[in-house]
Amino acid sequence: MRKRSRLALLLGAVPFLTLVFALPFVNRVEPVILGFPFILFWIVGWVALTPVLLFLADRIERRDRPPDDSEEQ
Amino acid sequence: MSPALLIIFGTIGASSLVGIYAGRRMTMNLENWTVGGRRFGVVLIWLLMAGEVYTTFTFLGASGWAYGKGAPTYYILIYGTLAYTLSFFILPKLWRLGKRHGLHTQPDFFVKTYGSRPLGVFVAVVGILSILPYLQLQLAGLGMIVEIASEGAIPAKLAIVLAFVLTCAFVYTSGIRGSAWVSVIKDVMMIAAVAVVGLGVPRIHFGGIGKMFKALIARMPDHLVFPGAAPPMDVLWVMSTVLLTGMGFYMWPHIFGSAFSAKSERIIKRNAIIMPLYQLPILFVLLVGFTALLVLPGLKNPDSAFLALVQKTYPSWFLGFVGAAGAVTAMVPASILVLFASTLLAKNVYQAVFDPGASEEKVMRLSRAMVIVITAAALVLALFFPNALVNLLLIGYDGVSQFFPGVVLGLFWKKVSRAGVFAGLAAGISVAAVLVFGGHDPFLGLNAGFVALAVNSVIAVGLSLFLSRRRR
Repeated sequence: MRKRSRLALLLGAVPFLTLVFALPFVNRVEPVILGFPFILFWIVGWVALTPVLLFLADRIERRDRPPDDSEEQ
Repeated sequence: MSPALLIIFGTIGASSLVGIYAGRRMTMNLENWTVGGRRFGVVLIWLLMAGEVYTTFTFLGASGWAYGKGAPTYYILIYGTLAYTLSFFILPKLWRLGKRHGLHTQPDFFVKTYGSRPLGVFVAVVGILSILPYLQLQLAGLGMIVEIASEGAIPAKLAIVLAFVLTCAFVYTSGIRGSAWVSVIKDVMMIAAVAVVGLGVPRIHFGGIGKMFKALIARMPDHLVFPGAAPPMDVLWVMSTVLLTGMGFYMWPHIFGSAFSAKSERIIKRNAIIMPLYQLPILFVLLVGFTALLVLPGLKNPDSAFLALVQKTYPSWFLGFVGAAGAVTAMVPASILVLFASTLLAKNVYQAVFDPGASEEKVMRLSRAMVIVITAAALVLALFFPNALVNLLLIGYDGVSQFFPGVVLGLFWKKVSRAGVFAGLAAGISVAAVLVFGGHDPFLGLNAGFVALAVNSVIAVGLSLFLSRRRR
């Protein structure tokens, strides 16, 4: 596997780490952040960050390929 | 006619007209009808996917869970996000395969990848059996929403018949294009409704979201952390459930099939990147459920929490608007469910089993006829036997999720064998059925469907490895 696509996969693994495997460790109300119980703030935060992670993964993957096949193929 | 009724009827009517108009200038062959001629750009794909994802369950169920179960409702925010992340890596390759071989449906994929017609028929039958109760659920939700929102003026059964017959009409004429265009109305109204209510009710009743949470934490400190008010749904259940439903999400035949309607691989990728943002309005829905718990405790049906709180807080025309939004929110997913159930039945069951030589025109005609059959069946079930499919609904997600190993291994692993996938799939569905119907869900704290998926994956991979080694 190319190094870059491995990096992209790693970025894609982040939501699984934060939104699945980290849950037992963040399952609490305190500290309340911006009015939200901590667990809910954590979840919403990582949901909102996922598009950023995927955007970066996309950039990394695309740097591997010639630019002209980006629209069609 | 009161303003509320006008808004409800107007929205249902306008949506059907848009849906019917959407396919007007297209020649309807199977390619255009089921996958929109593979010409959907980023906006239409987004509308379509968003249209499928926000169902009446998201609307009523998420707030109902927030109200009745508490923290376990967070799983709804998570699993979609996981599903889009997976789709970023999986769907582009699936789309390429679909384009190259002219695939329309999920069973088409299995037939092409594994060269087995029985496997395709099996996948189609599981798909249809999973779709039917889901469709009925949309209808029941629609009836309930319109009845409450019209304050009893439109009985649930009338709403169901009216909205669903119109839905059937635009599916018949326009196919998937109709669903995508009606989604425009649906998304705008839905997001407006949940944003206004989600930001509004905590402010009106408590002076802000933070203050609402403060009151809830003071009164029920455990409601907002797992397992909330649902002891079997502890953190292990949430973890296994989001993994199962995250993997199962694109395995629903209608969502799987929609991916083929994209114009290019790029569109699919871009859609995967932006879709998680579309999870955020669900947060508003949860806020409404939590606020309702404080303002209207003791509701008999938690699923009515959203509408009951709107009714208490806002004028009746706005309740009508929310009801209208809820009605289209049922119509769009229902239309796509009907479309794919019909195609599966005509192409992947009837043609595959009884009439392999049928021309594409014939399959198309038959698919359209099936729209009417499936609509009628769902109506009869929803009106006269509302509890007949409850068991199927329990196991629907567990069932379609079992396709995941077959899809992912088929796309990315050369050694995968037909026997392995078939055996895994059969074992997975059996395990899910035994556990769910035997009352063992959750099983050792894990979602039973997840246990089934694990068994399925081990068998699929193990048997494939064993066979490939023996062949050498």
